[in-house]
Amino acid sequence: MSKILIDIKNLHAEIEDEGKKILKGLNLTVKAGEVHAIMGPNGAGKSTLASVVSGKDGYEVTEGSVEMDGKDLLELDPDERAKEGLFLAFQYPVEIPGVSNINFLRTAINEIKEYRGEEAVSAKDFMSMVREKSKLVELDSKLASRAVNEGFSGGEKKRNEIFQMAMLEPKVAILDETDSGLDIDALRIVAAGVNKLRNENNAVIVITHYQRLLDYIVPDFVHVLADGKIVKTGDKSLALELEEKGYDWLTTENA
Amino acid sequence: MAAYTEEEFAEELKNQEYKFGFTSEIESDKIPAGLNEDIIRMISAKKQEPEWLLEYRLNAYSVWQEMTEPEWAHVKYKKPDFQAISYFSAPKKQYESWDDVDPEMKATMDKLGISMDEQKKLTGVAVDFVMDSVSVATSFKEKLGELGIIFCSFSEAVQDHPELVKKYLGTVVPTQDNFYAALNSAVFTDGSFCYIPKGVRCPMELSTYFRINEAGTGQFERTLVVADQGSCVSYLEGCTAPQRDENQLHAAVVELIALDDAEIKYSTVQNWFPGDKDGKGGVFNFVTKRGICHTNSKISWTQVETGSAVTWKYPSCVLKGDNSIGEFYSVAVTNNFQQADTGTKMIHLGKNTKSTIISKGISAGESQNSYRGLVQIGSRADNARNFTQCDSLLMTDKCGAHTFPYIECKNNSAKLEHEATTSKIGEDQIFYCQQRGLSEEKAIGLIVNGYCKEVLNKLPMEFAVEAQKLLAISLENSVG
Ligand SMILES: Nc1ncnc2c1ncn2[C@@H]1O[C@H](COP(=O)(O)OP(=O)(O)O)[C@@H](O)[C@H]1O
Ligand SMILES: [Mg+2]
Repeated sequence: MSKILIDIKNLHAEIEDEGKKILKGLNLTVKAGEVHAIMGPNGAGKSTLASVVSGKDGYEVTEGSVEMDGKDLLELDPDERAKEGLFLAFQYPVEIPGVSNINFLRTAINEIKEYRGEEAVSAKDFMSMVREKSKLVELDSKLASRAVNEGFSGGEKKRNEIFQMAMLEPKVAILDETDSGLDIDALRIVAAGVNKLRNENNAVIVITHYQRLLDYIVPDFVHVLADGKIVKTGDKSLALELEEKGYDWLTTENA
Repeated sequence: MAAYTEEEFAEELKNQEYKFGFTSEIESDKIPAGLNEDIIRMISAKKQEPEWLLEYRLNAYSVWQEMTEPEWAHVKYKKPDFQAISYFSAPKKQYESWDDVDPEMKATMDKLGISMDEQKKLTGVAVDFVMDSVSVATSFKEKLGELGIIFCSFSEAVQDHPELVKKYLGTVVPTQDNFYAALNSAVFTDGSFCYIPKGVRCPMELSTYFRINEAGTGQFERTLVVADQGSCVSYLEGCTAPQRDENQLHAAVVELIALDDAEIKYSTVQNWFPGDKDGKGGVFNFVTKRGICHTNSKISWTQVETGSAVTWKYPSCVLKGDNSIGEFYSVAVTNNFQQADTGTKMIHLGKNTKSTIISKGISAGESQNSYRGLVQIGSRADNARNFTQCDSLLMTDKCGAHTFPYIECKNNSAKLEHEATTSKIGEDQIFYCQQRGLSEEKAIGLIVNGYCKEVLNKLPMEFAVEAQKLLAISLENSVG
């Protein structure tokens, strides 16, 4: 049996200052080699889940636990979680003016390597990695040397996220609505990239509210997140059902 | 002639024999505190200055006495007691032994990657190393001498090249220019002098770093750089190691003269002691820096200011000659309780003159950071152009950023552009970096360096690398 990479138990989280409860007892277990899709209505708490798992400020976990590959994530700083192999493809990637993508990634990779007691990557190896991985998502190599996300189109930003994922080779990747704002070609490219990065040792959590992405990245499980909890879990066919019926039948059924 | 490389330096350094008996002499040399004509005569006599220079000082003193300390800057501080200062003493604290040096300072130097020997030199500990550097400097000077370039301490220049000093001293920053300039003109002790002959392109960056006698110039530094027709020079001031100084007041004057078709690039990284976390101590840095551009010439100021408790500094260009160009690239960082009021003046007098101002202010802690700039277009300055970009980055909610742009335009053909932005460092940006594996400190360093890139790019390579590290260090634990 393959090992558990993400284990979320009874997770309760609220907005720090307001005390507004967003996650209300969420459970999720993801094993190596699996792809899980999380779907759900707007405002259900999908991005909040990604933020809490990756350690963003502003949220308080009031109950429950999150483990990655046996490690208690909630104890770690956000950068330590990343160094342990967690990657989040942001719903809204930010721009960092004046910092080239390449410099950014090289710094990141070397920080991660240092944390793991590995040797820094040489400039030469790094550049050949950039060439190889940027092809994966058909990212113009010029974009690799431009400032992080600055002046990128929406689609380029999303592709850049997957490019970074390819460079960092995470254990667990959470893709937060990576499909939103992508036309069908870009969607195919991004999905193909993700599929090439999948293997038996890593896991991908795809957050989306369209089933269309799941035609390309085929999930092993589909979960419905509503009102801060996973209210239903099924296989790929659940996504199609949701597409047809919407979410209301689930939330009301549950209420 | 082959370029003189760092390796050659290191090699020579190894081969030098120590020469003792230099520093102790200087240390014992002190004049009682206070300021009056006798003190000025004493300074001048000790330096064996010619009569005209004594006259220059005495005149400055009487001008200064009539002036009052300016209050228009956006800074608050307790005014120095000018009678409590000793105007001729070794201005930098020399530590008795390496153990006496502040551990915090050592730690900072480690982070900057400064070698132990270098650290000792910079803190003034190892006399032998100091002597060593003097000899290195000498051979450096010989190389320059072959090209007719003069690069020496101001005192030496007064002795060896009095005609040049007399011709140019005070021509760009006249004695009566401002309170601190007048004070400096009366009591300056030493500084640097540089002359590039006609048509010569100086083959290396000239840096006070190589001139260890600079360590004795501290408080009232006087610098004069003259680039003769068609010549070109890049001058680096200071070094990036932290300089903890017991002297509260620094009032330097720097004058640059770019004759026809000449080019001067003047870079500064200023890192005087900024005071502690509670705002105690720290240097008051009141500097007057100005350059004059003759026809077709260019002066470019680049500064990275991270130190001092109070900074008051406006490196400026007088664009006197037609087609001359003035540039000002600045990064000013304030943290804790630091206050900086800095900017530039671009005075357009000649036709087709052009100026560019890029100012990046970064405020953290409870500090106050002000940009103050004047763009003045004279009535005869046809087709003058200025571009000003003035950005402020706030790291906390308690700090302040202010911009005071002034424009005086007397010629309708001028084209002036001004852009200003203020932004708070994005928590989202920091989190984004952290999510990719960068610690919060690394993330801030990266974001800030990106923000300052346009300015850092103007610095010579080695300087830029150190300046980047310095920025990161100055902003440690600064987001809030
Ligand atoms: N920082 C925040 N401050 C206030 N409310 C927030 C914050 N983050 C999320 N929320 C609220 O939490 C709920 C869940 O949001 P989110 O996780 O973004 O949903 P989803 O990604 O599923 O659309 C929404 O009601 C949203 O307004
Ligand atoms: Mg969302």
